[in-house]
Amino acid sequence: MARCDVAVVGAGPAGTAAAVTAVGAGARVVLLDAEARPGGQYWRHGPGGGAGPGSVEHAARWRALARRLDSALTTGRLSYHARSRVWRLDPGQSGLGVLLQVVHEDGGNGVDASARETVEAAAVVLAPGAHDRVLPFPGWDVPGVLTAGAAQALLKEHGVRAGSRVVVAGTGPFLLPVAAGLAEADVRVLEIDEAGDGRGWARGWRAAAGAPARIADGVRYGALLARHRVPVHLRHAVVAAHGSDRLDGVTIARIDENWRIVRSTERHVECDVVAVSWGFTARLDLALQAGCDTEPGPDGAPAVRVDATGRTSVPRVLAAGELTGIVGAEQALLEGAVAGSAAAAVAAGREPAAVHHVVDGRRARLTAFAAAMHAAHPVQNGWTSWLADETVICRCEEVSAGDVSAAIDDLGATDARTVKLLTRAGMGWCQGRMCAEAVARLVATTRRVPFDPYADLLAGSGRPVAFPVPLAAVAAAGLAADDSSSGGSS
Amino acid sequence: MSGDIVSVGTFEFDGSSVPFVAGQSVGAALWAQGVRSWRTTRVEGRRRGLFCGIGVCFDCLVEIDGRADQRACLVPARTGLGVRTQRGVGGARGAM
Repeated sequence: MARCDVAVVGAGPAGTAAAVTAVGAGARVVLLDAEARPGGQYWRHGPGGGAGPGSVEHAARWRALARRLDSALTTGRLSYHARSRVWRLDPGQSGLGVLLQVVHEDGGNGVDASARETVEAAAVVLAPGAHDRVLPFPGWDVPGVLTAGAAQALLKEHGVRAGSRVVVAGTGPFLLPVAAGLAEADVRVLEIDEAGDGRGWARGWRAAAGAPARIADGVRYGALLARHRVPVHLRHAVVAAHGSDRLDGVTIARIDENWRIVRSTERHVECDVVAVSWGFTARLDLALQAGCDTEPGPDGAPAVRVDATGRTSVPRVLAAGELTGIVGAEQALLEGAVAGSAAAAVAAGREPAAVHHVVDGRRARLTAFAAAMHAAHPVQNGWTSWLADETVICRCEEVSAGDVSAAIDDLGATDARTVKLLTRAGMGWCQGRMCAEAVARLVATTRRVPFDPYADLLAGSGRPVAFPVPLAAVAAAGLAADDSSSGGSS
Repeated sequence: MSGDIVSVGTFEFDGSSVPFVAGQSVGAALWAQGVRSWRTTRVEGRRRGLFCGIGVCFDCLVEIDGRADQRACLVPARTGLGVRTQRGVGGARGAM
């Protein structure tokens, strides 16, 4: 077993900032990251360094942090592990520190015992980030339909253009950098279809003014898209994808305020890739395993509750970045530094220092911006009217919208958990990460009850094992059989 | 971009040779060659390839060197890998 003062999970903006800050405070730190290179989704880059296609400022900010990471490594107090995933976290039982169960994937996906390790830490900072939130629509499982994050990863990390004729669709500000990045890489971006109408931004302008860097980003992407003549259609959506073995086109329609298709506005657009995104979902697994309290984040979805220093409700477990609310990289950096400093103190048995009021003020402004952003890009119920009975909802277990409706209408399911037990939706490899929100929203819409983003999403977020590992790994880790944080895979 | 970079190696995919550059995943290298799918689903036999691209969705499962269920988006491309379309649950069970 490896022992350290502070273990940090995730090497994106929050985790990297936490690790270098904790090392600076004298702690021995283990930094565990699932990716091949540090930087997270935000600063995803290829082996040549840099931060992928993006602005000069974007790359410069990463280089500054990467230099701090390099100098932290030279102290000998930082042990950084790429391609290392934590599948289980147990806080301080019987006088031990926090136990993290790790698979080092260069050692072969955990099948060999030599690729598995237990790390014991006096304190842990959870900074696992988020992934694209997705919504099912007819044909969304045809090869060539990608998440916007996938299109971005192909370009920024692997130097691969996602397609030659690409449509970018969904809702939220992430659509803009994805489309701009593709256009700058000489991909023909046919259009951006934003389901929102932009009016929310008019209401949230005061909050927006408090985050000038984000506004500057938006203006820059807008200018790039204008230069490449990429039209942005508000209140439009890709409502179906077509093709059997590969995507050959999509149906785009105008939608009303509630996201229902406006009659006779459908048109067919030939394309080989559509990149879709409806915001982000925080990776709550490890925090819920630890038993951390949650609260509604700025988007209403569950977020880990933290104090001003990043401490959760569980002693020795801290959290930073998207886990504490989907707020973006600028705030993640800030929270990571605060949590890293606090974690070093906690590990040394000291009370964390109070956070400077300037940092607190900046954090408050960024949170207000995030709240305004989420308010301007809500997912509306009318999305469910795009579905056909045969539309796949659960990609892993191949459960259709008709199967889900039957579980609700004919078998009397009144919540997503019962639908899951009756249909297997959410029981596959991804453990509901792709479909749990869709199922919960379908249950609410079908039963004509309001969707509660906090309670309904929290119910589907518990996973006793964060990703599939061999049974031998579970046995070796000696986990209790009667785990209370149920709701995971079969 | 992919067209401008000299490949550093090749691996086998269903009998053809696939070039890749340093740091690319198996999935990205296949995508760059225009391959869009390398799995058929267990129930309906639908074709699947990349979807989330970052290791979350498990849609891009593929057989690598005889082992099923490898996420193509995560496994780094290496010279000499034997990559095969995964049918159903993969391996001998999937071939039935």
